[in-house]
Amino acid sequence: MSDSQNQSLYAAREPVFPRRVKGKFRTLKWWIMAVTLGIYYLTPWIRWDRGPSMPDQAVLVDLADRRFFFFMIEIWPHEFYFVAGLLIMAGLGLFLFTSAAGRVWCGYACPQTVWTDLFILVERWVEGDRNARIRLHRQAWNAEKIRKRALKWAIWLLIGLATGGAWVFYFTDAPTLLNNLIHGTAHPVAYISMAILTFTTFFFGGFAREQICIYACPWPRIQAAMMDEDTITIGYRSWRGEPRGKQNVEGNGDCIDCMACVNVCPMGIDIRNGQQMACITCGLCIDACDSMMDKIGKPRGLVAYMALTDEARERAGLPDKPVWQHILRPRTILYTVLWSGIGVALIVALFIRKDIEMNVTPVRSPLYVTLADGSIRDAYDLRLRNKHSEDRWFMISATSPESTFVLQLEGTNDLKVKVPANETLEQRLFLIAPRDSAAAKAERTPVRLWIEDQGTAEQPKTDRVSKDTTFAGTGKPD
Amino acid sequence: MCAKKVTTKSEDVGTTGHQWDGIEELNNPLPRWWVWIFYLTVIWGLGYTVFYPAWPLISHATQGIYGPSERKAVDDDIAAWDAKNAEVKAKLVAADVNAIPADATLKDYAANAGKAVFNTYCVQCHMREGQGNPAKGYPTLSDNDWLFGGTMDAIVATVSHGVRNTTDADARNVGLYMPAWAENAAPGPMADAASAKLTADQIGQLVNYVLKISGQSADEAKAAAGMQLFADNCVACHGDGGQGNRDMGAPNLTDAIWLYGGSEAQLTATIANGRGGVMPAWSGRLSEGDIRSVATYVHALGGGE
Repeated sequence: MSDSQNQSLYAAREPVFPRRVKGKFRTLKWWIMAVTLGIYYLTPWIRWDRGPSMPDQAVLVDLADRRFFFFMIEIWPHEFYFVAGLLIMAGLGLFLFTSAAGRVWCGYACPQTVWTDLFILVERWVEGDRNARIRLHRQAWNAEKIRKRALKWAIWLLIGLATGGAWVFYFTDAPTLLNNLIHGTAHPVAYISMAILTFTTFFFGGFAREQICIYACPWPRIQAAMMDEDTITIGYRSWRGEPRGKQNVEGNGDCIDCMACVNVCPMGIDIRNGQQMACITCGLCIDACDSMMDKIGKPRGLVAYMALTDEARERAGLPDKPVWQHILRPRTILYTVLWSGIGVALIVALFIRKDIEMNVTPVRSPLYVTLADGSIRDAYDLRLRNKHSEDRWFMISATSPESTFVLQLEGTNDLKVKVPANETLEQRLFLIAPRDSAAAKAERTPVRLWIEDQGTAEQPKTDRVSKDTTFAGTGKPD
Repeated sequence: MCAKKVTTKSEDVGTTGHQWDGIEELNNPLPRWWVWIFYLTVIWGLGYTVFYPAWPLISHATQGIYGPSERKAVDDDIAAWDAKNAEVKAKLVAADVNAIPADATLKDYAANAGKAVFNTYCVQCHMREGQGNPAKGYPTLSDNDWLFGGTMDAIVATVSHGVRNTTDADARNVGLYMPAWAENAAPGPMADAASAKLTADQIGQLVNYVLKISGQSADEAKAAAGMQLFADNCVACHGDGGQGNRDMGAPNLTDAIWLYGGSEAQLTATIANGRGGVMPAWSGRLSEGDIRSVATYVHALGGGE
């Protein structure tokens, strides 16, 4: 039987009013916020010259033409494995950082943290610090409260609008879109995307805040599997702090129970309760506690970055393990090897990929066609890709160690086709094995198809690419 | 203080009663706004059933005041594409039939549209990619041998009027058959078409002659005897050397392609009992544009002339 029969279905959120704090981790967070927001807002405006008829935006997800541009790199849809590889690297990187240094992603770089931080900054600027905000929260609605709330929400909305605005610039030419947005002539999808992102930013950063981390995000759950007792995380030295209480009372620990660490916490938790799911390891409680320890003349580090093993060693009177011993462990080394292995593979793949490509799909229904003179004809559907920014002629040929074939391209008497700039062309190829030739009689003959780029007049480059396939014959050797 | 400690003790919230390996699940309540969202989705769901077809009634279901219909959406889609393609379709119908494969725009449209037409109406007999069905005598359309010609206009004519059907006066080979030459052949138009009755031995000689001219191994003595029989009975349609005659849909007997199979047994059956394949006329069922499209597709399968 459940013992929760008479319990309410929901609980009201306990509002969190983080106090302002100064210290090295707060400074680091300001810098990271400036850099990450800067990257997010400014990247679409970087220009990159790719020549005529190509977009000149450095980072562009061109959904309409199915291209992804990233500075000098251009990704086609069939090269999506680059994106998959980057996502795997992002995942492994997250594993690596979490197993070495806990939830640094959550505490410093996660957009939810960064935007919430920004929103709290605005809130503090409009409504004052913690005590003023609590007062405002509790007081009845009057002119002052309405004015402050309206101003705060207006600024939040503007930030949300800028966030959504920056997002849509990644998908089309930014200056053109800005012009269209201002004149009301942009595509409805742009407005809808901006509206959705404005709302989510406003709601997630302004109201949902720590609830996103606690209830909505899967990562706090996964992190438990990524962290172990050697992981550097934020801890409270209870052996030093407890029993907490008044300063200078005999028998009391260093913790004077000033609640500074709790009051600055954006998650509304008490780090002295130990490791907990809601802790995003942002380090603000360290700054708060350190400044308090400075004031009462006690050593810093009552709340500090430490590993669980260190806690045990300190209790036993042993010195901490050096930081590198926490970071350089088989687990983190394995993650690093995997991460860099995929990274190297992606870079190699990036450099060896060709500007022309071919996919071959043998037509297998029917396997072969007997022609009037008794020769055997197979059909192949070729997908020819020209990644150059001008039209190119591809010469098609076939080689086989065991047989010779007559080639024929559907719709033309030539053995070359013009592939338009930056496009994929579908072309059917026929291979004909003469009557009684080895390939005609064999069930299967390996054959290699080649495309040779004829280049341009100024640049008669001849890139060659091949694909192996098979020629299906009658399989009747007589 | 506002920032109270988060309560996660079992005595505060109780457990769900679920237990596994001694691990119990705390029954922490949801944040209030989550519950609101839950109720909102319920309201949304009810609203959905008002706006969209939902509640089953005895003979039908409520149609929803918004009145959406997937059938109508498909019809609208088709109409929109038809409107988009109207121009190129008009050009296709107006164009010189034999010039279609050389016109990139027309060919691109017609070959794609024709593939859909083929896979809807033709594939049942002629099979995928026009590979044909020799067991039933449905011709292969992707080889380079044609009974009635493989130019665009010949294909369009065959598709439009069909072969030996009773519905189209312009059908090819109306009343023309491969006669049934055996003396004991079943009575009927094919037996009536035979100008002579041949014995089993004579048919065997004829079969060996055909095997010989098509480059297969044959009994030389029988083949020599069959030569005269061929000259007497077959050349009228199949020609002096057996090269066939497209005006009568008489197949070329010297090439490697057989409509009903080229083995001794299959040839014997064909000569003895006759053949008379039928193809329906499509001019009444398909538009001129569709017929031209499917002809373009077939023309591009590999044997177009």
